[in-house]
Amino acid sequence: MAGLRPEDWLKATERGLWCAPADLYIDPVRAVERAVVTHGHADHARPGNGRVLATPETLAIMRARYGDAAARQAQPLAYGETLDLGAVTVRLVPAGHVLGSAQVVLEHAGQRIVVSGDYKRRRDPTCPAFEPVACDVFVTEATFALPVFRHPDDAGEIASLLASVALFPERAHLVGAYGLGKAQRTIRLIREAGWDRPLYLHGALQALCDLYEAHGIDLGPLEPAAGRDRAAFAGEIVLAPPGSLSDRWSRRLPDPVTAMASGWMRVRQRAKQRGVELPLIISDHADWDELTATLQEVGAPEVWVTHGREEALVHWAAGRGIRARALSLIGREDEDD
Amino acid sequence: MKAFAALLDRLVYTPSRNAKLRLLADYFRRTPDPDRGWALAALTGSLDFPNAKAGAIRELAREQTDEVLFALSYDYVGDLAETTALLWQTQGDAEAPGLADVVETLRQAGRTEVRGLVSGWLDGLDATGRWALLKLITGGLRIGVSARLARVALGQAFDTAVEEIEEIWHAVDPPYGALFAWLAGDGDKPDVAGRPTFRPFMLAHPLEERTDLDPADWLVEWKWDGIRVQLAARGGERRLYSRTGDDISAAFPDVLAAMDFDGVLDGELLVRDTADPASADPAAFNALQQRLNRKTVSKKMLAGHPAYVVAYDILFDGAADLRGLPLEQRRRRLEAFVAGHGHPDIELSALLDAPDWESVAALQAEARRLGREGLMLKRRDSRYEPGRKTGLWFKWKRDPLTADAVLMYAQRGHGKRSSFYSDYTFGVWRGGELVPVGKAYFGFTDAELAQLDKWVRNHTVNRFGPVREVEKRLVFEVAFDSIHASSRHKSGLAMRFPRIGRIRWDKPAEEADRIEALEAML
Repeated sequence: MAGLRPEDWLKATERGLWCAPADLYIDPVRAVERAVVTHGHADHARPGNGRVLATPETLAIMRARYGDAAARQAQPLAYGETLDLGAVTVRLVPAGHVLGSAQVVLEHAGQRIVVSGDYKRRRDPTCPAFEPVACDVFVTEATFALPVFRHPDDAGEIASLLASVALFPERAHLVGAYGLGKAQRTIRLIREAGWDRPLYLHGALQALCDLYEAHGIDLGPLEPAAGRDRAAFAGEIVLAPPGSLSDRWSRRLPDPVTAMASGWMRVRQRAKQRGVELPLIISDHADWDELTATLQEVGAPEVWVTHGREEALVHWAAGRGIRARALSLIGREDEDD
Repeated sequence: MKAFAALLDRLVYTPSRNAKLRLLADYFRRTPDPDRGWALAALTGSLDFPNAKAGAIRELAREQTDEVLFALSYDYVGDLAETTALLWQTQGDAEAPGLADVVETLRQAGRTEVRGLVSGWLDGLDATGRWALLKLITGGLRIGVSARLARVALGQAFDTAVEEIEEIWHAVDPPYGALFAWLAGDGDKPDVAGRPTFRPFMLAHPLEERTDLDPADWLVEWKWDGIRVQLAARGGERRLYSRTGDDISAAFPDVLAAMDFDGVLDGELLVRDTADPASADPAAFNALQQRLNRKTVSKKMLAGHPAYVVAYDILFDGAADLRGLPLEQRRRRLEAFVAGHGHPDIELSALLDAPDWESVAALQAEARRLGREGLMLKRRDSRYEPGRKTGLWFKWKRDPLTADAVLMYAQRGHGKRSSFYSDYTFGVWRGGELVPVGKAYFGFTDAELAQLDKWVRNHTVNRFGPVREVEKRLVFEVAFDSIHASSRHKSGLAMRFPRIGRIRWDKPAEEADRIEALEAML
């Protein structure tokens, strides 16, 4: 197999990254016969595929979101287990992004490609930490790939939320958090800071919080926000999906302080555009330092950069002798992270 | 520096005035001297670091990363201080500087020292701290806090009337140790005798038609269409203050030159009509606007728009405080004072002859034609009391102009209104197209707001972030005080004090006004 190049067996197609010798798509954007799904976020895990390979946690999330459309045939593959698909070996390794999130390690003809999916490197009490895997090609995300993105310590962000609750006891604090991962991690962090009062949830967050609890992640007392007296929310913390923050839903709360837990909150203009009063810089994606450290750690001589600010990371890698290129994959958006 | 940075960070994102006051008051109570004093100075625009320039910051920022990454970052963030704060790579474990250290050191620093100092401080701070430091030293915090709001918060923090603080404000200096000592109950009230400090204005309530007033009890005069000012001259020092207690002396050397007296007057700042030197009337408000919000003023500006004052009232004659006297007695003192002083650029506001209610109403009806903003009615026996006291002074403004305009865009409000489309841009017809002529976000009830919000959601044709473009079919009767030519707007027109008068659910958009109708009101 002398002369085989990585791009000969892993290709960017309209449906997503395609591993030709296994006829396997990674996070396909359109329905395919065989898929591997890195994690449960909607721009990676879509319904309607045939055989779907993923961690048991990701499959559970997909089932909760899509019901029977999650997969015709679900194929759980726990972290560290390997599966042979013809001439290709597949292994899933923790990515530290959300519950169940995995990197896909593909080996073929003596070459190893790691597709990171979305990942972060800092501690997350709701999922196992990212494990670096040495490889020939590392396919990395680049959501926050600019040197202005250096996420601060998340405990400090939670402290500013609780300080605000103390300063405005007659107002509710409404925290926008993406429903899968961010909401549960934020809740855990609030618990770690010593807040043991009930937290109030927008209905859209309930099912995934239940799912996290069923996976052994203790979120403390949670109550639905619906059907409660406006005055009862004074001094309380309410969580809702980002889309509901300045929507009519929020009118049930008494003059809420609108907070949002997202890496984008680092940039003032972005926070202001969203009408956020209390930005909480809490991200489930690697920041600039984590991205560059990871590239050095996995030691891949070649890096493919997907969705995000590819240009900056490609430029950085090139300056360090790493062959890097941007891989344009369609269907990935700036989620509310 | 950490507490100050956290305060600025919170203020930037906080739209509500009450919430801003809470944040500021909390800071003033918790923070020790002299940090809180320097913070107060920064918030009220009383700090200046002549040797710290934005150029030095730019250089520091460029050294942090290579040019490509800098350009991509700056492009994404859009603000130099913020980009620099975020890009900064901390070297070693520098200690976080205190706010007082930063201010006191920087005030004395020479031009060549600034860079090294700033660089060392940046190393000791987190991203928010770096951003706040850079905002502080390059001036212009732009966090939506006026000097007046900072003083109101100070009053709230220490349960003291803001008027009391304003009285001494211009006699105390950063970092305001004596001021805080007095507020905290640990010292005497700073002595302002002999200083030309600001005295809080007496204000008027708006008057809707009130025929039950007996004109015999009232002095009637024009409400001139300029800005209210206070002229304070004591012990050889002269100051001109705006309504909010800001010292605007530097922009009006012509008025200062006319203040060759010892006392405090209340009056209206106006500009002479140089196009019509024979006229006794001032130029329109638009001309005065050329002179406002300037730190300094050019010779050309002084010649083209010479300022003068029409005096309404006298607060001090020399050291004598006249504020406790009834208005009628103050008026006689004022007439004597202005006559004795005899400078042509300090005129006396004439009293109008209005023996009965009909003649008051007739004067009000004349106001627009004469270029006056309306009438003032002041009780003859009123003392000069700070703030807006019920039943003593009334302002009766000229009737607003109105136009029928079509709603074009709606934007989400802030704070309590963040889930409502509450800011409306409206336009009138120019040929077959609508051109925007103004924006308004009040003049309607809460119930009408809910209706409008629903209408906007149901008639959206386009979305741009928080803005929605709507179908061009809802007509507003817009009320406004006046209209001016403006090169900043596509229509070439700008309205002063626009508000939604009525929502014309019934009126077809084609019957809204044409631009020619508005141009005729110029």
